[in-house]
Amino acid sequence: MLPMISLQDVSLSYHSPNGETRAVSHLSFSVAEGEFVTIVGPSGCGKSSILSMLSGLIAPSAGTVQVNGNMGYMLQKDQLLPWRTIRRNAQLGLELQNKLTPENIAFVDYMLEQYGLGEFKDRFPAELSGGMRQRAALIRTLAVKPDVLLLDEPFSALDYQTRLSVADEIGTIIRKEGKTALLVSHDISEAISLSDRVIVLSGRPARLKKIHKIELSVADRTPMKAREAPEFRAYFNTIWKELDIHVA
Amino acid sequence: MWRERKQLQVSPRQAAFLRRRKIRKYTVLGVQIALLIGFFALWEIAANKQWIDPFLCSQPTEIWATAKEMAQNGMLWQHIGVTLSETVIGFLLGTLIGTLLAILLWWNHFICDVAEPYLVVLNALPKTALAPIIIVWLGNGQTSIIVVALLTSVVVTIMTVLNGFLQVDDEMRKLVRVFGGNKWQVLQKVVFPANIPCIVNALKINVGLSFVGVIVGEFLVAQAGLGFLIIYGSQVFKLSWVLMSVVILAILAALLYEAIALLEKQILKKRM
Repeated sequence: MLPMISLQDVSLSYHSPNGETRAVSHLSFSVAEGEFVTIVGPSGCGKSSILSMLSGLIAPSAGTVQVNGNMGYMLQKDQLLPWRTIRRNAQLGLELQNKLTPENIAFVDYMLEQYGLGEFKDRFPAELSGGMRQRAALIRTLAVKPDVLLLDEPFSALDYQTRLSVADEIGTIIRKEGKTALLVSHDISEAISLSDRVIVLSGRPARLKKIHKIELSVADRTPMKAREAPEFRAYFNTIWKELDIHVA
Repeated sequence: MWRERKQLQVSPRQAAFLRRRKIRKYTVLGVQIALLIGFFALWEIAANKQWIDPFLCSQPTEIWATAKEMAQNGMLWQHIGVTLSETVIGFLLGTLIGTLLAILLWWNHFICDVAEPYLVVLNALPKTALAPIIIVWLGNGQTSIIVVALLTSVVVTIMTVLNGFLQVDDEMRKLVRVFGGNKWQVLQKVVFPANIPCIVNALKINVGLSFVGVIVGEFLVAQAGLGFLIIYGSQVFKLSWVLMSVVILAILAALLYEAIALLEKQILKKRM
């Protein structure tokens, strides 16, 4: 089966008047259908650049990137437009892709209802909590029925409490909808609790350091339950050490 | 919302706080009104007692009599109409053209970079200095006055609105891009709606600027309008004409500003 996401020998450099910065170096990996993969790496190592390349916002300097199917992207902050109601915000992607059909509008309303935003759909973003806003942002992304989700640290702007529950909610929603997902994060426990595989990158320029297959012995795995698995600690320590080398 | 709040029991301290606020609010308003009445009253008394020369300074009763007379023969309304229409057309056109040019500069960074030093100089240049040239080019009439009014407001509109456009969060633009949206959609869905308050604010600034342009234009064209009344009145030493026009201008400026403030409130309420 064709992977949903693949990078082959990808390198990326940024140019500025002060010189050339190598952000990514000879990186290859792929994500299979229905898989949830997280990329972790030291901050500023070029993790987000990988998503930018996959979404076509920037072109790699060398190598090939490929996404098979429709792509949805979740940004760090919810970026809900303050002058639109939650419902109209959730329809934004459809509007931009000229897909604002009655069926799709009904689909958005169904998801808002399903994920607990039904009674808030005519409210404005400022009236909602951070977690609810991020959920609305996810519905906006899911509305265009993407096959692949790219998540660029979508929980990092939330406070710790909210962050745990939102990561749990959103991880559960993504699994339920059967989407392929590639998450970028700097939070190791978040990565382990959400993913099938964790890709560890080196510091800048980002190179592939290790890929961990996350196998946890919990029934009905949800991100919250995953944190209680006996293997969790070991994965955490291993990845922590791998990330630490360049920092220390 | 306020109805819910009213139903709640208000503690004595809170009630006292609210009462103090209310008293202060009305005290400020009272002093403001007293100042206004006091100013006109002092002016009147000073003229009657010959502390000041009523020939050079006129006096409120005389201004009122002049206004009444001119209102009765219709001249007053005609002059007000001319000035008001020129001003409104001037600031609406100034804001519209300024916004369109700001969009152009936002769209094309090359043009924006090229235009920058010129905009800075044009912004600092007193636009009314161009009025005589405009009159030579476009003739001694209302068109020239409107163009002068437009010129006074267009550059500052470009700078204000462009600045607003450039301050829109990059991530919001990225949002449109990752859904496959193009630059036109970035403008239509994000950058423009985000800047509607900024454009209304430019409108507010432009009311005052447009009045400056219109009055200077009317001084030079000298056919009709409050600017004409001012310059003509001063030449024939009818100071009551001059001062009446100034008072009316102040009232018009206040009314226009309030109208736009009201519009702004409506817009902001609709979008929270």
